[in-house]
Amino acid sequence: MILPERASDCETVKFINEVIRILEIYGTSYLRGAGYTLVFALLGTIAGCLIGFAVGIVQTIPTSERDPKIKRYIVGFVKTILRAYVEVFRGTPMIVQAVFIYYGGRYLGVTMDVYTASFFVVSINTGAYMAETVRGGILSIDPGQTEGCMAIGMTHFQTMLYVIFPQTLRNIIPQIGNNFIINIKDTSVLSIISFPDLFYVHKSVAGNMYTYFESATVVMAIYLTMTLISAKLLRLWESKLDGPDTFDLATTDTLAHTSGLYRFTHKRRGWTNERHT
Amino acid sequence: MSAILEIRHLSKAFGTNKVLKDIDFTVRSGDVTSIIGASGSGKSTLLRCINFLETPTSGEILFHGEDITGKNVNASAYRAKVGMVFQSFNLFNNMNVLGNCVIGQTKVLKKSPEEARENALKYLDKVGMAPYINAKPRQLSGGQKQRVAIARALAMEPEVLLFDEPTSSLDPELVGEVLDVMKTLASEGMTMIVVTHEMDFARDISSHVVFMEDGVICEEGSPADIFGNPKNARTKEFLARFMSR
Repeated sequence: MILPERASDCETVKFINEVIRILEIYGTSYLRGAGYTLVFALLGTIAGCLIGFAVGIVQTIPTSERDPKIKRYIVGFVKTILRAYVEVFRGTPMIVQAVFIYYGGRYLGVTMDVYTASFFVVSINTGAYMAETVRGGILSIDPGQTEGCMAIGMTHFQTMLYVIFPQTLRNIIPQIGNNFIINIKDTSVLSIISFPDLFYVHKSVAGNMYTYFESATVVMAIYLTMTLISAKLLRLWESKLDGPDTFDLATTDTLAHTSGLYRFTHKRRGWTNERHT
Repeated sequence: MSAILEIRHLSKAFGTNKVLKDIDFTVRSGDVTSIIGASGSGKSTLLRCINFLETPTSGEILFHGEDITGKNVNASAYRAKVGMVFQSFNLFNNMNVLGNCVIGQTKVLKKSPEEARENALKYLDKVGMAPYINAKPRQLSGGQKQRVAIARALAMEPEVLLFDEPTSSLDPELVGEVLDVMKTLASEGMTMIVVTHEMDFARDISSHVVFMEDGVICEEGSPADIFGNPKNARTKEFLARFMSR
């Protein structure tokens, strides 16, 4: 071991040794906690997106005076309910929602284990935010796209499914990524109902060993690693959905490529076409 | 020849703003009708009413003698028979050129993918865009986009094709390629209603010209009559302004 020259060096070495010690003892606990965090953040985000898409799509159903009255009333009623859902879950802290649902469920005769309650809370919370994101995403698509669909006789549902929705999805991926990263961090509040995530592990380790700073350092590093990798993966998904910047010209008769292929490369200043065989 | 579309006493108001007032005209099979007039005269609104993108305030639109403004009429089924080409192209940005021309056929007309593809290629070839089937709309020029939009409308094999200022957002040198496609269609007997500022097209290609101002049809007739011998003072004024360019 290196001999410390100054007191601060001594502290540093002590700190590093302590970090190594808790990693040796609790390494697998941290990993398991990180696993729970990641899995529940992912599941919650996926479920939340599905809820958000459903709510967002319903919120943007157009009603015209040509529609029968009963249809307009039903759509209006459903929209109001969904509006209330969004406002309630966006307007209250997730930590309180967790307690409210986990303990409150018992009064209503719904007993949930910690995992079900956690999954439920994360999903429904993400759903409330995603609903607004999806609604904004749908509204941001040029109305010309909808008109193009209507002009060839597509129904509202087909228009949404094949044209508006794929474009909305592309536009809101950054926001989905945001929600996923927020969920990785915010699942930590679920430790209040003893959900065994990474933060819960930290609390136990720190409590057992009195190593608050050391454990927090480890946990910070793990959270940051998870969020950085997620951000990178989301970027890759985005560029994959964008497709390549180039396209190949097809000859009219697809069986005979006598003229070869021209590759068009989209450059900032316009088009260049270089022949490749 | 029988009337495909009959517009009867059609009116459209946005709030208190009356954009169309008591419009009457008839389109027969094979007609190429040009609707001309100053901006804001209601030309585009008329066209959008015909395709139900705007709901008329009052009046009737008869398609093969059947009123399609009724509440129980399936607007989607009707629209599939009336194609539309927009000023701003409105190609589906998430699909490539081929996808744009196939989707309506497979989802609305329920054709098989193979048949739809073959049909799409036929019409893309007609507008000279077949080599570009793999391109996305954002990779095309305005004229190319509009030709794809025409192919998309044609692929639905509509009975009437509506053009809403198809060349107005194009660079001057790209206008020609789109007009050429439209000329070919006209010569093949396609029934078309064209809202346009291209007076040469209206005069040389169309069989019928409608001049609109302030939401009413001021004058209509053959191109020879309207351009050669306009009777209405407003028509004369409008054409004089245009022709002096």
